[in-house]
Amino acid sequence: MSLEIATPPAAADVRRSARRRTRDTTHERLLSMASPLALFALWEILARAHVIDTRFFPAPSSIAGTFGTMIANGTLFLNTFATLERLAIGIVVGGVPALFLGLAMGLYRPVYAIVDPLISATYPIPKSAILPLILLVFGLGEASKIAMVAIGMFYPVVINTAAGVRQIDRIYFDVGRNFGARGWQVFRTIAFPGALPVIMTGVKLGVGLALILIAIAEMVGAQSGLGFLIWNAWQILQVNVMYVGLISIAIIGFLLTVLLNEIERLLIPSRTLR
Amino acid sequence: MTAEAKIRFEDVVKRFDLRDGEHTALGGLSFEIGAGEFFVIVGPSGCGKTTLLRIAAGLDRPTSGRVTIGHSPGSRPENAMIFQGESIFPWMTVRENASYGLRMRGAPEREIADVVGHYLDRTGLRRFADAYPHQLSGGMKQRVSIARAFACDPEVLLMDEPFSALDEQNRTILQEELLRIWDETKKTVLFITHSVDEAVTLGDRIMIMSTAEGRPKAFIDVPFSRPRSVLDLRTTPEYGRLFHDIWSQLRDEIRFGVSESVA
Repeated sequence: MSLEIATPPAAADVRRSARRRTRDTTHERLLSMASPLALFALWEILARAHVIDTRFFPAPSSIAGTFGTMIANGTLFLNTFATLERLAIGIVVGGVPALFLGLAMGLYRPVYAIVDPLISATYPIPKSAILPLILLVFGLGEASKIAMVAIGMFYPVVINTAAGVRQIDRIYFDVGRNFGARGWQVFRTIAFPGALPVIMTGVKLGVGLALILIAIAEMVGAQSGLGFLIWNAWQILQVNVMYVGLISIAIIGFLLTVLLNEIERLLIPSRTLR
Repeated sequence: MTAEAKIRFEDVVKRFDLRDGEHTALGGLSFEIGAGEFFVIVGPSGCGKTTLLRIAAGLDRPTSGRVTIGHSPGSRPENAMIFQGESIFPWMTVRENASYGLRMRGAPEREIADVVGHYLDRTGLRRFADAYPHQLSGGMKQRVSIARAFACDPEVLLMDEPFSALDEQNRTILQEELLRIWDETKKTVLFITHSVDEAVTLGDRIMIMSTAEGRPKAFIDVPFSRPRSVLDLRTTPEYGRLFHDIWSQLRDEIRFGVSESVA
């Protein structure tokens, strides 16, 4: 007679609970979509009834009109692209060194001892407060915008990566050594995948911070980008354009969150299947 | 015992610096383990048996003395360890975990697929090859650890209380499976346990560790033939006699340990 030690849950059970989960999430998604729509509807009604001042709060329908015009004449695309390009370059420039430095800090105590005080000392400085210094060093061109994004990305990624590696159970490094993993193999097969869930949290924080900083940086001394668009609209009192800029940035933020969640799902299959 | 020594401990000493002085975990240990021997060290917790195993695995260095492991021709790794508790990587599938040793050695993909496939079959893990550890029971996880160690075909296998976290039923089943797989390969095994039962069931030879000096207290030959059936074995009078014999020697050790910690 053979003994059954671990049986996978019956397929029907899995399907049933999966179906229930899908139904619940669809339901929740509908609710999440309903609340902003309701807010827009209320705003539209209040604006048309002149309960709120339409000079400051133009009706959503009129903002949508401006949106259409700006898409048609290309200004929205141009500025959105400028912002996205700076974001993309800055995220790589700040994130990749942060990842490797964080891994080294987590793996090698001397590296941690050397680098940690520098990071702890500079981390609390509000990133927006160093914009003048960045402008001084990098000038008014693209470099200063990219530098701001990179700084926003760097701190959360390096801190989370180091912490993520340090929380990996010692036994996994013993296993690695025992089975002959050396140097780069330890990075690739233990430190990085073991810290990945924590690293992804850092990346999400970093991207959020980068988005805030790019908007601020573009308001000062830029001739393109959504930050510039918003600031310029305020200076020439084109309130509709300002709202278009704000909504565009919000959409970028939302899409980045979706994208990062998707990347996380693909990178960490062991967690998604839980 | 066999003429050819596979693992040789030569006057191995391990001391730890503690705040209130020095602790001698291993006080000059010398013994040999023959090629193809299933050697079990039994002793209460704190007798230094895990320290000894970690030194044999090259994970810790002895304060003095040395451990040598005999090499056969070829480029096989010196040892592979089956760890106590959870040691398989949670971020890898069962198959990736079992392939780990071979992959780190840069074995060709074909060889990895063949060898790992074989041990997944032998451990009954084939169905779970693409599952992640959190989907498995404790017994299944330890099977992955066993497959991982056997798959990389080491000179010697080191096992650090691999079944201590399992319930009684699973432990018996895994002991039986381990013996079955081991019978095919006849690798030299150094197995550590605090369970007298387990020592008598699995071992060719048992060493009782002394808590006092971190030295061998006694060596006992286990006369049972192979292949063994775990259940049949336990009903023989010889088993009971051995069990009693080892237990009474261990009891003195534990008593000593208690009086030591009280004083």
